[in-house]
Amino acid sequence: MTSLVVLDFDATGIKQPARSAVAAAAKLGGEVHVLVAGANVGDTPAAAAKIAGVSKVLVADDASLTHELAEPTAALLVALAPNYSHILQAATAAGKNTLPRAAALLDVQVISDISGVVDADTFVRPIYAGNALATVKSSDAKKVLTVRAASFDPAAAEGGNAAIETVTVPGTEQKSKYIGSELSKSERPELTAAKIIVSGGRGMQNGENFTKLIEPIADKLGAAVGASRAAVDAGYVPNDYQVGQTGKIVAPQLYIAVGISGAIQHLAGMKDSKVIVAINKDEDAPIFQIADYGLVADLFTALPELEKAL
Amino acid sequence: MKVVIAVKRVVDYNVKVRVKSDKSGVETAGVKMSMNPFDEIAVEEAVRLKEKGIATEIVAVSVGVNQAQETIRTALAMGADRGVLVETDVAVEPLAVAKLLKAIAEKEGAELIVLGKQAIDDDFNATGQALAALLGWPQGTFASKVEIGGGNATVTREVDGGLETVELKLPAVVTADLRLNEPRYASLPNIMKARKKPIDILKPDDLGVDVTPRLTVVSVSEPPARKAGIKVPDVATLVEKLRNEAKVI
Repeated sequence: MTSLVVLDFDATGIKQPARSAVAAAAKLGGEVHVLVAGANVGDTPAAAAKIAGVSKVLVADDASLTHELAEPTAALLVALAPNYSHILQAATAAGKNTLPRAAALLDVQVISDISGVVDADTFVRPIYAGNALATVKSSDAKKVLTVRAASFDPAAAEGGNAAIETVTVPGTEQKSKYIGSELSKSERPELTAAKIIVSGGRGMQNGENFTKLIEPIADKLGAAVGASRAAVDAGYVPNDYQVGQTGKIVAPQLYIAVGISGAIQHLAGMKDSKVIVAINKDEDAPIFQIADYGLVADLFTALPELEKAL
Repeated sequence: MKVVIAVKRVVDYNVKVRVKSDKSGVETAGVKMSMNPFDEIAVEEAVRLKEKGIATEIVAVSVGVNQAQETIRTALAMGADRGVLVETDVAVEPLAVAKLLKAIAEKEGAELIVLGKQAIDDDFNATGQALAALLGWPQGTFASKVEIGGGNATVTREVDGGLETVELKLPAVVTADLRLNEPRYASLPNIMKARKKPIDILKPDDLGVDVTPRLTVVSVSEPPARKAGIKVPDVATLVEKLRNEAKVI
């Protein structure tokens, strides 16, 4: 039994959720190999070889694999699949795009967003926006899994010494083409890797208040900035700030929810945080039912005070 | 261009679901059911393509129990032209749904298939990707903008770092994310008109698809409950608690 974990990485390095996927693969009990697929992958294979618990790094370096397009990456996974019992990737945008495609090509029912490993065939996954946990057992010969990164402590970035091997990339007819990206630029940590997150909701009233009131606190705490769906839909902040069922699933040490009422869909994305703080002027807001520390206050006075106190 | 849309009947998103006491699943008896919200967005996108003169016909497909006809009727009232129900009492998994949709898309000669990115009941986020794989078509998942022209679909996608645009050679599969559009409410005259639109009813066998589940549900349980903590009177107390009690700052 050997697992293959598809790593998420970019120019800044291997993403923390990828190491959580390695941790999930390690729980299966067999050997863990990782795949570095991309164009001009540079130092990434060397970094991948150091991840604790990894015994082999497969490198697929080809122009067709740039920008994590699902079609060529899924074709590559099908070519590699005969050697593996399990194929995993973190449930990142790339993992969610690629692995269900690869699974279908293998005639396998993908198991999405697993939050627990029971045994090599049996997995726990949240359903109904995390309001229930399903334990499912797969009868497929091979398992294809996406991993809820917030549910697995990432494997250590150092400590391994894996062999590195280059693999051949199958030629595929190009039916999809990358045109461009509009990526948010930020010096702050990424939401899915941050230890502290400060999130704003509709109560922030506009994007300027995010800049004026939330960002200075985030900077003092070394925190990432998140948002509720309402704040994203209203255009206060870009889509990649969204925490929730269909946005990012996070579990930081500290989550500060400001002006967020606490819709089920938002709670689904953050209720596994270690400590939750809610600041809201509506004392009946549902967010207080899951907050460790609640402060009923107008955020426009509370946030400047908080910034001063830190 | 013929467009196929897929719509799923799910527990309404406002319902607080309850896990059954025997842990076999979630209580759905006597619970309000509606169209999966992401599928509503997919329907809306197809209807807008028809209003722009790009789509010629919209076929709304659902897989599920007989009552899923109501979900198809909703799509017809929003502007789809006709419906197909693949009727089965089996809880069909995304891979099997994709196989059924593939058979229908081929029969219909569809050039574009639009689906919601995930259903809010099983949260798989897989059917569109599986369908594109089986058809050998390109996929534009988590779409926040779709433009059709020159034999291509240009799709802006919501990704972890922001937005990404890809160009797909038609035929293609697109899955709708939250911000693709705001679905319309069906007007009363359109609801009346939808009653006269045809719905074909097929069985999985008619399409030669085996829908036997690959996954067995061992159990369904409540997630660990999180207790409400304490209210703090002011910012100073909050900071003191975070420093000395929770020790997180």
